[in-house]
Amino acid sequence: MSTTALYNDQGGAEPAVEASQESAPAAGAAFGLFSADFKKNEDLKEMLESNKESLKLEAMKRVVGLIAKGKNASELFPAIVKNVASKNIELKKLVYVYLVRYAEEQQDLALLSISTFQRALKDPNQLIRASALRVLSSIRVTIIVPIMMLAIKEAAADLSPYVRKTAAHAIQKLYSLDPEQKEQLIEVIEKLLKDKSTLVAGSVVMAFEEVCPDRIDLIHKNYRKLCNLLVDVEEWGQVVIISMLTRYARTQFTSPWKEGAAVEEDYNKAFYDSDSEEKKDPEGAKPYTMDPDHRLLLRNTKPLLQSRNTAVVMAVAQLYWHLAPKQEVNVVTKSLVRLLRSHREVQYVVLQNIATMSIQRKGMFEPFMKSFYVRSTDTTHIKTLKLEILTNLANEANISTILREFQTYVKSQDKAFAAATIQAIGRCATNIGEVTDTCLNGLVLLLSNRDEGVVAESVVVIRKLLLTQPTQHSEIIKHMATLFDKITVPMARASILWLMGEYCERVPKIAPDVLRKVAKTFTAEEDIVKLQAVNLAAKLYLTNSKQTTLLTQYILNLGKYDQNYDIRDRTRFIRQLIVPSDKSGNLNKYARRILLASKPAPVLQSAFKDRDRFQLGTLSHSLNSKAAGYQELSDWPAVAPDQSVRNVEVIEPVNEWAPLVGKAKPPESDEKFYSDEDRDKKDDSSDSSDDDDDDSSSSSNEESGSSSDEESDKRSTDSGKSSGESESSSGESESERKKKTKKAQAGKRKQSTADSDSDKSDDDPMTEGSGSSSESYSSETDSNSESVPAAVQQRKNDVKSKPKGGDGAKKEVSLLDLDDFLVPPTNTTKSSALSPSLLSDLEGLSLSGVSATTQVTIPTFGPVKCYELLHHMSGKGLSAKYHFPRQPCLYGPGMVAVQVTLSNCCERPLEEIHVRQSSPAALKIHSFNPIERLDPEASVTVSLGVDFNDSTQAANFQLCTKEDGFGVSIQPAVGELLTPCALSETEFCTQQSKLRGMNETSATISTATADSSSQAVAERVLSVANVGSVASSETGLLRFAGRTVSSQVLVLILVDAGAALLTVHSEKSVMASMLLRDLKRALVQA
Amino acid sequence: MVGCYSSAPCHRRLILLTEATTASSFNEKTVKYETENYDKSLLSSKMIHSLFLVNSSGDIFLEKHWKSVVSRSVCDYFFEAQERASEPENVPPVIPTPHHYLINVLRHRIYFVAVIQSEVPPLFVIEFLHRVVDTFQQDYFGVCTEAAIKDNVVVVYELLEEMLDNGFPLATESNILKELIKPPTILRTMVNTITGSTNVGEQLPTGQLSVVPWRRTGVKYTNNEAYFDVVEEIDAIIDKSGSTITAEIQGVIDACVKLTGMPDLTLSFMNPRLLDDVSFHPCVRFKRWEAERILSFIPPDGNFRLLSYHVSSQNLVAIPVYVKHNITFREGSSQGRFDLTLGPKQTMGKAVESVLVSSQLPRGVLNANLNPSQGTYTFDPVTKLLTWDVGKINPQKLPNLKGTMSLQAGASKPDENPTINIQFKIQQMAISGLKVNRLDMYGEKYKPFKGIKYMTKAGKFQVRT
Repeated sequence: MSTTALYNDQGGAEPAVEASQESAPAAGAAFGLFSADFKKNEDLKEMLESNKESLKLEAMKRVVGLIAKGKNASELFPAIVKNVASKNIELKKLVYVYLVRYAEEQQDLALLSISTFQRALKDPNQLIRASALRVLSSIRVTIIVPIMMLAIKEAAADLSPYVRKTAAHAIQKLYSLDPEQKEQLIEVIEKLLKDKSTLVAGSVVMAFEEVCPDRIDLIHKNYRKLCNLLVDVEEWGQVVIISMLTRYARTQFTSPWKEGAAVEEDYNKAFYDSDSEEKKDPEGAKPYTMDPDHRLLLRNTKPLLQSRNTAVVMAVAQLYWHLAPKQEVNVVTKSLVRLLRSHREVQYVVLQNIATMSIQRKGMFEPFMKSFYVRSTDTTHIKTLKLEILTNLANEANISTILREFQTYVKSQDKAFAAATIQAIGRCATNIGEVTDTCLNGLVLLLSNRDEGVVAESVVVIRKLLLTQPTQHSEIIKHMATLFDKITVPMARASILWLMGEYCERVPKIAPDVLRKVAKTFTAEEDIVKLQAVNLAAKLYLTNSKQTTLLTQYILNLGKYDQNYDIRDRTRFIRQLIVPSDKSGNLNKYARRILLASKPAPVLQSAFKDRDRFQLGTLSHSLNSKAAGYQELSDWPAVAPDQSVRNVEVIEPVNEWAPLVGKAKPPESDEKFYSDEDRDKKDDSSDSSDDDDDDSSSSSNEESGSSSDEESDKRSTDSGKSSGESESSSGESESERKKKTKKAQAGKRKQSTADSDSDKSDDDPMTEGSGSSSESYSSETDSNSESVPAAVQQRKNDVKSKPKGGDGAKKEVSLLDLDDFLVPPTNTTKSSALSPSLLSDLEGLSLSGVSATTQVTIPTFGPVKCYELLHHMSGKGLSAKYHFPRQPCLYGPGMVAVQVTLSNCCERPLEEIHVRQSSPAALKIHSFNPIERLDPEASVTVSLGVDFNDSTQAANFQLCTKEDGFGVSIQPAVGELLTPCALSETEFCTQQSKLRGMNETSATISTATADSSSQAVAERVLSVANVGSVASSETGLLRFAGRTVSSQVLVLILVDAGAALLTVHSEKSVMASMLLRDLKRALVQA
Repeated sequence: MVGCYSSAPCHRRLILLTEATTASSFNEKTVKYETENYDKSLLSSKMIHSLFLVNSSGDIFLEKHWKSVVSRSVCDYFFEAQERASEPENVPPVIPTPHHYLINVLRHRIYFVAVIQSEVPPLFVIEFLHRVVDTFQQDYFGVCTEAAIKDNVVVVYELLEEMLDNGFPLATESNILKELIKPPTILRTMVNTITGSTNVGEQLPTGQLSVVPWRRTGVKYTNNEAYFDVVEEIDAIIDKSGSTITAEIQGVIDACVKLTGMPDLTLSFMNPRLLDDVSFHPCVRFKRWEAERILSFIPPDGNFRLLSYHVSSQNLVAIPVYVKHNITFREGSSQGRFDLTLGPKQTMGKAVESVLVSSQLPRGVLNANLNPSQGTYTFDPVTKLLTWDVGKINPQKLPNLKGTMSLQAGASKPDENPTINIQFKIQQMAISGLKVNRLDMYGEKYKPFKGIKYMTKAGKFQVRT
């Protein structure tokens, strides 16, 4: 710690010195190294070069210890960089720590490690890919900029959201290293902004803020998505997104603060009308209506006020302050006051912001006035801030309470705080006319206080107060004159002298006496007192020259020879002014007017008065000066920019797998885009009402009165598009009506369920005390089971439900079904389609003589593994399992068939089970037709087609019942992305020879595995991968061939039992390595 | 033609421009300066640049840089501010320096000083620093002392590396961190030294990617249990005469949930209306609360704070203790009288326990010679802090502390009587009357043990005398 001591001495270092010191500590540390640590480092070097992992690890730990202490360990660089490729993860991580710290200093050596990272960037493990990117981008060496750029671009397209998140972070790092790359980086940002993962959102917005905060146009298309994702984004990301959206909103929406905005009182109502109104007269001249997107932002940020993260709460508070209509800002008050319970530092920042807010909006915090009462345990800056707020809140009604509270503070042992209180009293006195006298009297009482600081502060404040209404206060002035003997604080003495001079005519007898006293002590006084003494002398000379001429002469003479040139200067000036002489000309005629001019009363105002020029919650606001990188919040635009820029064109689900017979496709509408799947997946349970609304939203306007405001939101944004829908809805009107009646029924039913639930809830209270075990989800008696519908009923329901499809794609299918009338739900729409079950029946018959090289063979069945898709508990009774039937998919050549078994585990029938895809879908999914009704204990198997695009990325979609939607995902094993392919042995060998080198990965397997029968090995391989075995002439050599489903790339697997070697050949090297891993695991498990 | 047509106005504009520049050369300079400034700010990155840990004696004992290295001499500005502040807590949390901004947090007598280069919400940094301390304290080392940090410097470094990437928080959820980096235990340290295995997890935490980022998957327990502590704190200021100036109740529900699998819990209250302002752990479904006033959540594994709340101010707060005091200093005399009696009130029959009285006596007091009827008292003549550890209040025989204080000779009488801070605990009672109705578990089949405990504590409870 020698360096610290060194620097402590320079405590008062000038700002400029800082930069020059930058290099100093390194040198200092190096010096220490040579003296004491030199030997130690030698020994570290040895340890690092040893072969033992544990020794190396130990050494690295010590190196990290050195770095942490701020000691220089740069000379170990060559020894350490070698270990970058270590297998030991902890060792590797510590090496990374070291690299990031020293790479900038040792650029040449650092380059040695780059290839390791490049390799790691291709690793199948996302954790390794991510950490490689993190370190690579943290190495601040300009030479590798192109490599970083490439890595970032690749990682931005990675399947793992975690890797994409690190890519977003890397963007900022690269940008700070080389701003030249800005354009390319913006492209990556643009791409990542489209990402729908909540993991990525915060980080990419951060990158956006740093690289191109002015490119607001990039946000348009993502605005609604960001708003909707916000609740699920991790808390730090929320802060960044909220502050970015604040800025965005100020440029895109018009001010909600306009005069006569009474309409806002009932903004929901205004909302519903907005649709039609906008059409009628788009160019204003109508009361303000809020842009629905503006409302969306306000609504989606509000729940975040309940966040446990104080930064998030503050971010939302500032958003409301800057964006919300005046009468809505109040919602943030409670939450801000709650933050005052947090740590001291949090209190400090929050109080600062409340201080600024309370100047403009007293009403917001007045009900919480008592929360700002000072406690003796508060620290001084918290106390002064609270005092500031209390003063801001003071008005005629509460002033007496506040003054009573202030009386306690004045007596505080913390004298700085007591002095601040006196100033606060002064401010209250000037602001509220009725209490001026009370305050003044109180302050005069304080003049007899024992503490000099308090008295001095009172004098200063009294002086200011007297200026505002000087007429009837000569008593006070007299009292203060008597104090002059006692008070020693210069400021207070000066104030008294000034008061005497100013009101010398009102106290004609006393003022000359005070001047006499000060003349005696003149030489010993402080400068400000001397100046005021000269002033007083001059003023008295003008008003009462009879008594004071000599005194004035005396003081002016003393001043003339004073050490301080200010005083000499003043003295000379005053003398010229008041004493008539030839030289001075006409000036002394005006002396009286100059010196005794009536002065304007000072305005006592808050120190936070001007802080509102900064955005709340920012560093600049906290410091009250513009911090580097602060971006001004722009003013509202007078005319709102084009709203339609935020409309997102729906990427049309490609529906080659669902060819339409005859009927033209109805125009696509993005009506459903902002339906619930984007928002708040966790909250699905309470969303049921919204779901209903969504389903019916296409029906008609008459419903809009009853539906929630969220829906209306959607409607107004999509107003232009809804016309396209009339076509489809006309065809549906019949069924629509039926549907409504049915919905009403369902509603009733739901209610009765709820009733029975609430009845039960009371009889089972939670037991007090610890360790009491009790019930868990006891079986509920089903009081409301409806009669099981007959088959006919079922069919009717079928028809009814179909037009309710969640999105466009499904609607088309249903329309088609209407034409065909009554297709069983599991059936597919393809004209030539066979039901999966039929297909499996047929598979023994067809496709027997395999000859063509690439012909698809019959899948060889391994044991079918079943995966859970939706647990019945989280699915509210709906459970779903899926498996891969390994049949060619009916819906399209590039798709993988997935069979989903849906079963109803609750007591009531589930209705309208269907799939809803988030659009634009990440993966193409061909969903099954909605299942109208699933009775308790019943289950049904349906098939899906998913185009995984040859990746193991999970297919995410929502499984919806009538009331709820459950987010589910199908994660395919790599082996399921293959389809078997028949090859002859020779063909196999030719193909294999083409796929050497890069396209080949291999691993050894245990000989025990290899020894087991080839039958068993084949079985295991087939259980992992959907491939076909190739007849082999050699024993102990097993060959399998398959193609990837989507891109039809050949995948060859070779198990050599003799050499205990497992080889996979494919152009898709990532898939190959993943497959190899899976196969190896399966073979080892045997 | 077209060229001609367009060139003329172009010319004119050029001329206009030059005129403008000459006319407002001063303006232009300032503009230029600003743009330069702006560019510089673009180059400097946002968020947390470096972190220094400073102990109470002013030594920097740990430093970590996420970007380029910032010399530790930057802390001089911090030390300056520290010197100016009379007490450790009075150091301003945000300190500007010419090139950086220092945001610091004081916890456990360690200053965590973050170096910032440009505009960032200060609360963001403050909140993060507190989260770091909480992680150290709760999840890893049990305490957050200088010694603990120095002993575990490698783990600390690994943690900081994971928690922040490029100055932006990466993983702060304790369940995820614990999977990435195993907390040190004695057993694991031993095993590690023998086998050379590591503290670092090899798998990506599943939570990071799932919809339930706060919970790890594959949790298994043989005893499935879920315990909830409802803890309420009373903040109050009582004035001289014993009347309440302000009083409010703040509560938290802390949970310790050790349940297998993915349990989905709901917790409902008998009287949810009492809760006025609530803040949730991210696991709580906000909509459900809004609609039904039911807490529905998939809990994190282990200990966490489910909810904190404020009891609506309409309800009158019951103050469970009263203080009779008689503290006087007489002018001219070197003696002061001290007499303090505590008594229970409105406690609904529950005992008031762990009572601790403390008071900052005026500077003029040299010593105190007191006699407690129960418990022990101490007086620190340097800090002038009087503490009296009372223990339990016996309603039959009220605790009393009585005696004299000796004052500095000749010193004038202090103008303010000391404020008395009181701490206490009342078991098995939530002073607001909040009651949990029931706890249900869905999603798993086993029967968990459930328990709930209530407690009332004094928060910032002050009596002015």
